[in-house]
Amino acid sequence: MAGTVFEGGRRRELPPDGAGERAQGYWRANLRLQFGLLAIWAVFGYLLAIFLAEPLNELTVYGFPLGYWFAQQGAIYAFVILIFVYAVRMDRVDREYDVHEEEEELGAGRKALQRRMQRRLTGEAPAATAEAGEPTGETTREERQ
Amino acid sequence: MSAAATLFAISDIRLWAIIFVVLTFSIYIAIAVISRARSTSQFYVAEQSIPAPANGAAIAADWMSAASFISMAGLISFLGFDGAIYLLGWTGGYVLLALLLAPYLRKYGKYTVPDFIGDRYSDLARFVAVFAAIFVSFTYVAGQMRGVGIVFSRFVGVSITVGVIIGMAVVFVYAVLGGMKGITWTQVAQYTILIIAYLIPAWAITAKLTDIPVPQVSFGKIAQELNELQAQFGLSEYTAAFTSRPWQDVFLVTLALMVGTAGLPHIIIRFYTTKSVRAARWSAGYALLFIAILYTTAPAVAVYAKTNLLQDAQSSTIQQQPQWVDTWEETGLITIQDQNGNGRIDTVSNTEGDAEMLVDPDIMVLANPEIAGLPAPVVGLVAAGGLAAALSTAAGLLLVIGAAVGHDLFYKAIKKDATEGQRLLAGRIGVGLAILAAGYFGVNPPGFVGQVVAFAFGLAAASFFPAIVLGIFWKRANAPGAIAGLVTGLGFTAAYMIATIYGDMEPWFGISPEAIGAVGMAINFIVTIAVSSFTREPSPEIQALVEEVRHPRIGEDIAPTPRPAPAPARGR
Repeated sequence: MAGTVFEGGRRRELPPDGAGERAQGYWRANLRLQFGLLAIWAVFGYLLAIFLAEPLNELTVYGFPLGYWFAQQGAIYAFVILIFVYAVRMDRVDREYDVHEEEEELGAGRKALQRRMQRRLTGEAPAATAEAGEPTGETTREERQ
Repeated sequence: MSAAATLFAISDIRLWAIIFVVLTFSIYIAIAVISRARSTSQFYVAEQSIPAPANGAAIAADWMSAASFISMAGLISFLGFDGAIYLLGWTGGYVLLALLLAPYLRKYGKYTVPDFIGDRYSDLARFVAVFAAIFVSFTYVAGQMRGVGIVFSRFVGVSITVGVIIGMAVVFVYAVLGGMKGITWTQVAQYTILIIAYLIPAWAITAKLTDIPVPQVSFGKIAQELNELQAQFGLSEYTAAFTSRPWQDVFLVTLALMVGTAGLPHIIIRFYTTKSVRAARWSAGYALLFIAILYTTAPAVAVYAKTNLLQDAQSSTIQQQPQWVDTWEETGLITIQDQNGNGRIDTVSNTEGDAEMLVDPDIMVLANPEIAGLPAPVVGLVAAGGLAAALSTAAGLLLVIGAAVGHDLFYKAIKKDATEGQRLLAGRIGVGLAILAAGYFGVNPPGFVGQVVAFAFGLAAASFFPAIVLGIFWKRANAPGAIAGLVTGLGFTAAYMIATIYGDMEPWFGISPEAIGAVGMAINFIVTIAVSSFTREPSPEIQALVEEVRHPRIGEDIAPTPRPAPAPARGR
């Protein structure tokens, strides 16, 4: 187990080891990202669409009173974008901390292509691979297996 | 308009409605036969094999019910700006789901929501959760079966009872046979049908009224015209904020609907079916994208339909109303009464009162194709779309109830040594019983169905959401805390709703019963945190479980806890 545990009513930080630190780092990165995205969620869903709706309605853009537009269109677009941003960023964080899953959901063809790319990257330019970060996790796991 | 022509038009529409209904129902049954479930893993979580875009479409169909498809645009058209409570509330919750719930529950990977609550807290907590899941889903499903019956009676011309029975029979085939696997792929088909059926009339009516046929872009200017029209009929300005409720209440209702959406079991379990944690995150994105296609079109439909309605009412005398008004007057959805005897319509309303034209909000979507002058096949398609919306939601809810009976009660509480075959049969019987009960309530709706859906959201907000979020994000949360939180949150919310709706209690600080779920949620959070802090921390095993659900892949090197069995073995 990683990070913090509760024992006998007390909070205790586990002594740092490589794995625990990595797990904790992953979770902190996740929480940071979530905090930022939920702040934007609140700005669009509540601040612009509800709390500031009346003053914003004084402005009209392409026929839409702005408060009305945020409440019935803009906030929904923002919500869609926020979820996709989370998915994209977490894919990256997963790999950075090497907790990503096997790419079983990718099609077989794409998987084979990726493996070929991987081999070429690791074979021809190992330094660039290490810098790129993303393929590194893949390589280390393949080496482990 | 001669009587013969009207008759012909109706039977033409009826014919096309029957063609589309038979066609779509055949597709659903064909899918059911192809995707028969052969194991509990297939039956409850579709063997965790659903790709993210398909799961997104299934979630969208699961989510968008008869209310979203038929009623929402009409409700918005009479609420104006304040209709945003539905638009924001029923989409914003997906951000919470995607960030705070879906990935971790997928990692946990068991069959039901009470499963997680039971393993994370205790068996007593599981029991409270089973009760809440059944109650929330039943309040919701009764309205769906009714919706199936109403669509059948309006478009096909059979009685509501016959319509409900046909709907029950179809759901029975694909939900009992296919379980989650069958439901998932029919929901994908149903999403496709319902979105096409919604968009064709919407784009057509947009093209008729504006230069740019994209509903999302061009309804602003029409909304301005509508503002002036509304004034002439004694209605408030359409785009003005907070005309139906104070801003505090708009905020709280929106919050309650968002959190309630994130806490609805039939939506949460759809995330158990993806191939990976990563796919769970992506499927939330696809789901909201697919939902947003309808939800950003609905406000435009509301504006166009309302404008058409008011213009038609204004420009002609009562004797010379356009044909669609005559057609829908026959169904009782439009009532015209010349109160002051001047032969014209001077007031329009959707509530009982002394308005000269009384309109059922459902008309805004149902009559849309006729208002736009679209041919009969399109009207038939709208009927199939409405049925797809109602059936897909009903199936998801019925699976939750069936799983609560067959998995949480039979397997987890009564017969823990049940074989795979017995468990599969128990799941099927559970779903079958749920269909019978839902059908009964569809034919004999309890008088409170409308209000009861608000109950479902409020109760889901006050129960599941805090329990699950704290279970994942706060390792210290324990069983006594969670149970105390669930009971006080649920109890407070239900008591306030009953006291204000059925009792004579004055709402506190003007908080409407639809909004109280937001307060119930806050109470649940506070009580769980307080009680947990003063009682023993959860066992090391449970703390390890929390650690495990937080990471998509816990490698041997990260946690000393044994890795869970790989996916294929999960079926047991």
